[in-house]
Amino acid sequence: MPKELMNKKDIDRALMRMAHEIIEKNRGTKKLCLVGIQRGGVHLAKRLALKIKQFEKKGIPVGLLDIALYRDDLNIRKEQPVVRRTEVPCEITDLKIVLVDDVLFTGRSIRAAMDALMDLGRPACIQLAVLIDRGHRELPIKADYVGKNIPTALSETVQVQLEEEGSEDKVILEKMAGEE
Amino acid sequence: MLNRKDLLGIKELSVEEINLILDTAAGFKDVLGRDIKKVPTLRGRTTVNLFFEPSTRTRTSFELAAKRLSTDVINFSVPTSSVVKGESLIDTALTVQALGADFIIIRHSSSGVPHLLAKKLVASVINAGDGTNEHPTQALLDAFTINEKKGKIKGLKIAIVGDITHSRVAKSNIYSLTKLGARVRLIGPPTLIPKEIEGIGVDVFHDMELGMKDVDVVMMLRIQMERQGKGFFPSTEEYFKNWGLTLERLSLAKDDVIVMHPGPMNRGIEITSEIADGPKSVILDQVTNGIAVRMAVMYLLSGVRR
Repeated sequence: MPKELMNKKDIDRALMRMAHEIIEKNRGTKKLCLVGIQRGGVHLAKRLALKIKQFEKKGIPVGLLDIALYRDDLNIRKEQPVVRRTEVPCEITDLKIVLVDDVLFTGRSIRAAMDALMDLGRPACIQLAVLIDRGHRELPIKADYVGKNIPTALSETVQVQLEEEGSEDKVILEKMAGEE
Repeated sequence: MLNRKDLLGIKELSVEEINLILDTAAGFKDVLGRDIKKVPTLRGRTTVNLFFEPSTRTRTSFELAAKRLSTDVINFSVPTSSVVKGESLIDTALTVQALGADFIIIRHSSSGVPHLLAKKLVASVINAGDGTNEHPTQALLDAFTINEKKGKIKGLKIAIVGDITHSRVAKSNIYSLTKLGARVRLIGPPTLIPKEIEGIGVDVFHDMELGMKDVDVVMMLRIQMERQGKGFFPSTEEYFKNWGLTLERLSLAKDDVIVMHPGPMNRGIEITSEIADGPKSVILDQVTNGIAVRMAVMYLLSGVRR
């Protein structure tokens, strides 16, 4: 049975807190740019930017980053991952970049995202915001802003479902098929 | 998913596969617009350009695509290779594969050569033009360019003008554009358009003025000078008079018509310079888009099959 870990309200509250933390840590919105990792991270980055705008009365740029071309498993995959658009609306050199993703797991996507970002310019720093941290890191990567820490087993999957993708806002934990 | 090892022609591709290649190419076009125009995606792999026919732009385009994906590239030009010593085609290809090639880009004057090699080789074979058969990546980059400029392909009136019979570019484009829902019309002298080709769902015009009416896209083909004097058309002057693209003829098309040409152009024979260099020409966009589309094709064929 899939277990609901967060509902619409929980997600919204977590994002609200994260938006405040981002502003607090960076002392405002100066030189700040949010970059969402395709696809889940993109919606969350847009939501965070909206909240930051509400709190600070200042808009900040939001970019989309596709990491398919930077993955570390391209030499072992049978079928290559779908390539989506990368659109970062500004020069990232000297900006403070907050990478946004839905779930932090092994850390390999974040490694790929950092390489992809570095090819776009030389940011002043890169911070990481994730809605869910489910543990099991395989690389030395840590999030700066976390919506919710959730201890998981490797046999479980965490799904962040969002309205932008046509479902209800919720986070669910599921046993992988055949592991009951 | 593009669940194949090789890209040999458009004929065997589904609409979904064509759209997947075009969507993927959009991601690669983003890469080409940056300062660092290279991605680490296919590090450690090797591409061999095996061109048995002269080509500058297609070979260079594939070479750049391969390099921007971080593969190593070897250009095997035929006059300096063992082919002049009589090595057979398959031996040459097997040798190239034994050197470690993962991608073999082949152009050959005989139709079907890429298909033969694809069967014999483990490496991915990409057809860069085989005889009068197909030139699939040209058709894909043309579709990508039309989509980019017009926002769609379905329902557009697209004229392909010139030597249809001997043109692999025309053939691949007819396959792709009809699959994507365009209304394709072929314009040219009766000697250069295959009989009864209407059967595959295209219209034929021998009168250029009639054919140009209301088109959204005009795709000019190169008059292959090697065919001159073989009775297909009286002279290049005569050809230009009847089927050359002039401003008057272009004015019969829609106001926002775009003009395409796969290159190399014969200025003053199939197209005037004022059109080729004019505001409706997207000929240089085609060249840039060619790199993105070829990167997409190589990427999608690069899944591991062991």
